[in-house]
Amino acid sequence: MASLRMVLEKPWLWSFVGALVVWVATVAFTGGYGAGGMVTAALSLAVFTVIVGVGQMFVITLGPGNVDLSLPANIGLASAVAMKVMGGSDSMILVGLLAALACGAAIGAINYLLIWALRIPPIIATLSASFIIQSVDISYGRGLQIKPPPGFADFTNWQVLGIPVLAMLTVLFTIGAALALQRMIYGRSVLAIGQNIRAAWLAGVDVGRIRFLTYTLCGGLGGIDGALLAGYFRGANVDIGNEYLLASIAVVVIGGTSVAGGKANVPGVWGAGLFLVLLLTMLNTFGVSAGVRLVLTGLIIVGVITAAGGEKALR
Amino acid sequence: MLQAIADIVRLDGAEKHFGAVRALNGVDFHVGAGECVGLVGHNGAGKSTLMHMVAGTLRPDGGRIAVRGNQEASYSVARALELGIRCVFQELSLCPNLSVAENTRINHPSLSGLGWRRKAAALIQAKLDEIFPDHGIAADDIAGDLSIGRRQMVEVARAFTLTREPLHLVILDEPTSSLDAHTAGQLLAFVRRFVEAGGSCILISHVLGEVLQNADRIVVMRDGKVVAADAASAFDRDKLVAAMGGAEGHQRTAKETRKAEAGALRVRARPARQQDGKELVARAGEIIGLAGLAGHGQTDLLLAIFSAASRARAGVEVAAPVALVAGDRQSDGIFAQWSIAQNIGIRSLQRLRNGLLISPQREAELAELWKKKIGIRTPDMNNNIYSLSGGNQQKALFARALGSDAEIVLMDDPMRGVDVGTKLEVYDLVREEAAKGRTFLWYTTETEELDNCDHVYVFKNGRIVANLRRDELTEEKIIQSSFGDAA
Amino acid sequence: MTAIAPGTVPKSSPRGNAARARMLRSLLPALSLALVLMAIAWLNPRAISYFGFNLMLNLAIPIALATIAQMFVIAGNELDLSIGTFVGFVGCVTATWLRDAPLVGIVVLLGSIGVYALLGALIHLRNLPSIVVTLGMSFVWQGLAILILPKPGGKAPDWLLAILAFKPPYVPFPILAALLIAAAVHFGLMRTSYGVILRGSGGNAAALRRAGWSLLKTKIVLFALAGLFGVLSGMALIGITTSADANIGNGYTLLSVAGVILGGGEFVGGRVSPIGAVIGALTLALAASPLLTFMHIPPDWQVAANGAILIIVLAARVIISRRER
Repeated sequence: MASLRMVLEKPWLWSFVGALVVWVATVAFTGGYGAGGMVTAALSLAVFTVIVGVGQMFVITLGPGNVDLSLPANIGLASAVAMKVMGGSDSMILVGLLAALACGAAIGAINYLLIWALRIPPIIATLSASFIIQSVDISYGRGLQIKPPPGFADFTNWQVLGIPVLAMLTVLFTIGAALALQRMIYGRSVLAIGQNIRAAWLAGVDVGRIRFLTYTLCGGLGGIDGALLAGYFRGANVDIGNEYLLASIAVVVIGGTSVAGGKANVPGVWGAGLFLVLLLTMLNTFGVSAGVRLVLTGLIIVGVITAAGGEKALR
Repeated sequence: MLQAIADIVRLDGAEKHFGAVRALNGVDFHVGAGECVGLVGHNGAGKSTLMHMVAGTLRPDGGRIAVRGNQEASYSVARALELGIRCVFQELSLCPNLSVAENTRINHPSLSGLGWRRKAAALIQAKLDEIFPDHGIAADDIAGDLSIGRRQMVEVARAFTLTREPLHLVILDEPTSSLDAHTAGQLLAFVRRFVEAGGSCILISHVLGEVLQNADRIVVMRDGKVVAADAASAFDRDKLVAAMGGAEGHQRTAKETRKAEAGALRVRARPARQQDGKELVARAGEIIGLAGLAGHGQTDLLLAIFSAASRARAGVEVAAPVALVAGDRQSDGIFAQWSIAQNIGIRSLQRLRNGLLISPQREAELAELWKKKIGIRTPDMNNNIYSLSGGNQQKALFARALGSDAEIVLMDDPMRGVDVGTKLEVYDLVREEAAKGRTFLWYTTETEELDNCDHVYVFKNGRIVANLRRDELTEEKIIQSSFGDAA
Repeated sequence: MTAIAPGTVPKSSPRGNAARARMLRSLLPALSLALVLMAIAWLNPRAISYFGFNLMLNLAIPIALATIAQMFVIAGNELDLSIGTFVGFVGCVTATWLRDAPLVGIVVLLGSIGVYALLGALIHLRNLPSIVVTLGMSFVWQGLAILILPKPGGKAPDWLLAILAFKPPYVPFPILAALLIAAAVHFGLMRTSYGVILRGSGGNAAALRRAGWSLLKTKIVLFALAGLFGVLSGMALIGITTSADANIGNGYTLLSVAGVILGGGEFVGGRVSPIGAVIGALTLALAASPLLTFMHIPPDWQVAANGAILIIVLAARVIISRRER
């Protein structure tokens, strides 16, 4: 009874349960064929959602109205920047990654600058910014079909015992993010702001600085994600980040983070990321069309937020 | 006593709790036809809760409500409006994005169909002309553009407009708080005309003179109960103040005048609206009171001092770290998702660190220390903050401030709705901490708390109007300065 | 911390200034449109003609309708991130069922308005964040669109083509339509007695509830109206493009939000303006491509122009409100 209640009190566990159910269903459908490969593939793909999901989680945790809609454009631009800086040469990998990180962080900083200077809701600030970034990306990336350096492409696809190395590194990163959230002044401040921004200010939290840091962090993670995506899919393109707008918000919501702010959950982001990827794999395995897949994805998100419900409000 | 049948509204044994706080504790209350009832009491005495019940916006947890002699089983706002009971709430309830006429339409479902705009405009215009002859408000002014005084005028006038629904009782909750003496006089004169014409009114006001002069009967509330009720002629200002303040059990702890020598200067602040040279000065080891009616600039000055601690600000000097104890716990203090320990630790995170990480052990130690010191009653400091009663939540907020490195502690009327036991414990602690050299700036609406202060600044209209030393501090003096009806 | 002065009402009230600033702000949308038009006239005088406007404002009607749809949602302090894919879905229904089996088509379109109304109810009853719900719904509409029309194609019903090909004398049809839409919605939302309640629900919901109005109903009505105008937008779009594509409306989410904001609307507080929203939509339609083409700006930067216009207008607004103090 007590343990059952504990499970019910931890909504993020449900995302793992969901992922497991979906995996079992798929494996049952294929008669056990490809069970391991599916996990490997799911881990590889979930990494990209988890990285931006963590960034989005910190932003959403800042409280009602905070959300970063510029992530897709950010990812697209950073992937192009990374590939251009690396220029196909293995020796430039690190520089390219740093460039992507800097590019993303700069976008995040500009986002906050717009929010702060124009006193507009983050939704419209990040939206306007994303228009401009998108154009910069289209113009910058025109005619470029730069491949990642072979070393980088290999690294992003590298597996040890069927486990993608990138996934292991991302696990380490998320452990760090969880520590930052629960045990560092930064994370405590984010949680405080999300619960009650005025009380946080009155309790001595430097609200402006923390919000600035959070948007910059989220942008930086988007940048890194863009570079990794370009490596994994062996090339940058403008649309590479498109699906990460909904995905980043969805993993946050499904993962048990409160959209009303002030309550965040890092493990849940992993569970939800795996759940989403496995769900798509399952639907592909079942042979449903792209249309059905989209409809189901949308309905699940609406269903999860309805079930979680009762809290306001991402505005 | 009027006959029950002539009552517009009657409540018997009304009760209301908010969590652990008893806002109303078995209140009997009635309003007769053609009667103006004055309702007075300190902040948090339960007046607003009682009025919300009469208006149907709050459902009582216990007791009965009857309107014109009929028991109302499922009383609601819609039912109250149908029965001719309306309320002008203390917090403004105009839609700022709508015009004056459109705001009038909201309260009158029957204002619809062709020409409703004209009808609504004429309706509110006529009522404004009647109550405030030189109001200078046009029906198509957007509410949000009006000054707060004019908004209040619109709101009052709107409550007296008449279409299809009857109008028997209007509740006026602090209707003159944003009005100047002239318009307030117009309003009160209108209220008298309304009552003489057979209408009923409940008048809530902190300006005791208004109540004494305009009410037929006065009901005094304290701590969620009615403590006195009689014809207005039976009261005078002193009797009212005594009934409100609770003269019993209020023995002055004879305190020797401490500290002849002055400590180091900690705060020097001039309110933004201050025109003469008066300013607030606080030194190490002092407890400084900020008195006067609620909302007369005390909180604004505390917040100015608070922000000056991190960013230079004109007119305010702060020489040491600052912490603030919020009075409005919900909106200014509590982090609802967190444990008691986390709520206490948030102001001291820098000191709780061990390397990069916050040490759970140090956080627990801090919490335990203050649990003992301030007497927070809980089995486990890791329980959610809302597991505590209101008074203990407030203690946790005190622990947050006192457990920090702050040398200056700002208190924003922190004892609202807190039980007496808690209060006494906290008073002792404050005096003890001041003796160790901390500076306290204490805004309070409860006059007896000022006895703990070394000296007291009285505020009126955003300005300091008096600076009273402890030996010259009397309730009368404070009331004279802050209640001074002369505007 | 707005310091109020209890007990004193300053004789010279700041109302005059506030009203003037509001006036200035409400002129901002028209000013931006005039600016864009002047730029176009300067760059290419021939564009300012009956045919020029017909051509340049080709897509202004569906954008204006989508913007109006978004405006209704924003009036209730919510946001609809699914309007773009919804327009696409409607387009697919219009180009297929509405032509081939009009009855089915009509039922489906009415049903989709019903879904919008239900979303409003769900968001109110469960107190949900509208942006997550509508983000999820955007996938649903997109998926349904793909199911109906897996490949670009279909054909608009003839009557619809005829309506949108209408060439009134003197005034280009898009301008006439824009005037009509603005006037109709302005009357409905700004002049009728229930329109007041709808706007009031965004301005001060608690006050409305105290006056005995149902906030559930206002939210349902606002969302249903958004659905209705989304349907009109999708149909108009197909009437112009003649055939459909599941992704045809995707850009409309951002355009519609931008149009509302350009038109002087605010995200919270029920402050919206139908006339402003239509002007905002026209500005975006003009600025998005014709202006840039005349300025020889590559199409790459068209999206950026939308973003830049948005930021410039918001910045202008901040400057105006600062002066207000």
